[in-house]
Amino acid sequence: MKEAYLAKDTLLPLVGLLMARYRVAAPVAVGDYHQFQILTQPEQLDLTYRNTRLSPKDLFHPQSEKLFRFSTAADDPDANILKEVERDQGPRLVFGIRPCDARALRLVDVNFDTADCQDPWWVERRRNTLLVGLGCTAPCATCFCSAVGSGPFDPGGLDLVLTELADGYAVAAASERGEALLADLDLLSALDQDRAAAAAEVQKTAAGTVARPFDPTPLGDKAMTELFQSPFWEEVAFSCINCGTCTFLCPTCWCFDIQDEVQKDAGVRLRNWDSCMFPLFTLHGSGHNPRQQKPQRVRQRFMHKFKYYIDKYGDGPACVGCGRCVQFCPVNIDIRQVVALMTARCVCPA
Amino acid sequence: MKNPYLPYPVRIDSIVTETEDRNLKTFKLVFLNPEDENKFAYQAGQFAELSVPGLGEIPIGIATSPTEKGFIMFTVNKVGKVSSHLHNMRPGDVMGVRGPLGNWYPWDKLKGKNVVIVGGGFAFTTLRSSIVYMLHPDNRADFGGITVVYGARNPGMLLYKDELVAWEKRDDILLHITVDGTNDPNWPYNVGFVPAITKTKAPSSDNAYAIVCGPPIMIKFTLPVLTDLGFAPDRIITSLEMRMKCGIGMCGRCNIGTEYVCKDGPVFTFEQLSRLPNEY
Ligand SMILES: Cc1cc2nc3c(=O)[nH]c(=O)nc-3n(C[C@H](O)[C@H](O)[C@H](O)COP(=O)(O)OP(=O)(O)OC[C@H]3O[C@@H](n4cnc5c(N)ncnc54)[C@H](O)[C@@H]3O)c2cc1C
Ligand code: SF4
Ligand code: SF4
Ligand code: FES
Repeated sequence: MKEAYLAKDTLLPLVGLLMARYRVAAPVAVGDYHQFQILTQPEQLDLTYRNTRLSPKDLFHPQSEKLFRFSTAADDPDANILKEVERDQGPRLVFGIRPCDARALRLVDVNFDTADCQDPWWVERRRNTLLVGLGCTAPCATCFCSAVGSGPFDPGGLDLVLTELADGYAVAAASERGEALLADLDLLSALDQDRAAAAAEVQKTAAGTVARPFDPTPLGDKAMTELFQSPFWEEVAFSCINCGTCTFLCPTCWCFDIQDEVQKDAGVRLRNWDSCMFPLFTLHGSGHNPRQQKPQRVRQRFMHKFKYYIDKYGDGPACVGCGRCVQFCPVNIDIRQVVALMTARCVCPA
Repeated sequence: MKNPYLPYPVRIDSIVTETEDRNLKTFKLVFLNPEDENKFAYQAGQFAELSVPGLGEIPIGIATSPTEKGFIMFTVNKVGKVSSHLHNMRPGDVMGVRGPLGNWYPWDKLKGKNVVIVGGGFAFTTLRSSIVYMLHPDNRADFGGITVVYGARNPGMLLYKDELVAWEKRDDILLHITVDGTNDPNWPYNVGFVPAITKTKAPSSDNAYAIVCGPPIMIKFTLPVLTDLGFAPDRIITSLEMRMKCGIGMCGRCNIGTEYVCKDGPVFTFEQLSRLPNEY
């Protein structure tokens, strides 16, 4: 079975069924925004959201996470020897993730899961987690997924895709794992032709509403050092306050720091999200800092997403067009305008 | 799945103070589990993360050569949090080592070539590893002439003094030791900055590669000298330093253009660097 239908009144029973088999993470309303949380009750699920403020990347790459523990007690025979912190490796399912956020996970895979070295935490969580996506029937004004090689119903990073209809959801398998899951859920019924046609119409309408503020194609051909030396970086960076909001909200930003903490003689080694926007990120012990100036740090963020990543992996850009950084930058720095500058065939004087 | 963040436990076997300002100490480390030594199979030019539980990890070049068995050595400059703590540790203390990390000097390409090594200050650590490696009886025949220019501020700041004296006496390596200045009237070696001494000694670029490691200012003034001697940019090799954490190309910190210095480097040719943003 590749397609099915889920009536709205069976949504919560279905989630209940899934919760019996998986730890289910889904969008939950908290105050005036939404956030992915592991559900304890099916009723917590709220699919009326546009997008969560924080991306769901922290389900795979937590903002702060204990990696190892150790003892520093002099009389402990294992003193100063690191032990991996146990973690729950049971199966999980993310319900209602947006296609852009799921695609972001795939863009990040190339960093954490390489031929010669794997980040065990990322790789295990990716392996243990099914992604049931909710396509975007009403994309935001700040969305630009279609400009970065995706779209509001992109099945690319997902196992199942839901398309919301008047009285229910069309459910389509987008991977082998998704197909197996679909075949295994009794609460679904067959998708009839009318509803299949209605779903196709919803998807087409949504795709038509997503803006394409730039065309990233020329980026691959431009010389890296030339873009790096472009005169517009000073101007782009001028109002930035290096708050790091853009990098923390971004589903494709993965940079992290590693720190040790000790209380009495019990210690942990943690990893925490970090940001190329902070001067400390690159500060050497000697005091030398290769990205001492703000324009250098701002440039790093955009160049990494729209040039270095593309050149390194022959894929990308490392942006899925979710628009979070556009919405929440306190000084209105707009990545769409920056990429338009980067892709301009000639840098004409303003 | 092997956890690339988990250090091997090691015991500090001995600590030697290298320089008269006492800011550089060499730590000889022995693996607590003997089988870990085999897993830590490295090449000259690689580095490792020294892990001090409770304080953190620092990337340090491996100063021993893979031909030296039973221990590994690191020479650490006292700068900040972790390195200062290390300087106060004692033989017998347990800590961790994670690695080997990064790439290495291109030993396959250097086979059959003359090798010119130019080093300054405490960046001499992986150069020591390289020299010991090339001089080993199993390897010496693989290389042509070996010329070394090594400089420090003054005689008291030179690393590995006993070995320098021994190398000086050999006829299968040409060693030019130099200091910026000295008030020792009997100083038997050179006086002058590394670039100037390199120019005077004028090692030939014929069938040769140069490896240059040292403070940025030394590299800046040595490059034109080597270019004048006929070394092409793809035959001048260096090792970059960036702030690092993971050392395995994942935390994003050491990124320059398409490269992660910790994984794709730290060893680059100047030809490779010319195609990257100069943000280091
Ligand atoms: C590939 C490589 C090889 C190196 N080899 C040597 C060597 O052989 N001997 C030596 O004395 N030094 C070496 N360094 C520099 C050494 O790593 C730093 O001096 C050291 O990390 C400073 O740590 P700290 O905790 O004492 O300083 P702090 O200023 O307290 O630094 C805090 C943390 O930031 C990171 N950090 C700070 N400065 C650097 C830096 N320059 N490079 C990388 N990470 C940094 C470390 O995680 C460090 O623990 C090397 C650096 C690199 C990248
Ligand atoms: S760069 Fe901005 S728009 Fe692109 S994925 Fe990150 S937060 Fe979303
Ligand atoms: S959110 Fe805006 S102001 Fe804050 S670091 Fe990003 S670009 Fe700069
Ligand atoms: S130190 Fe983490 S990517 Fe290089």
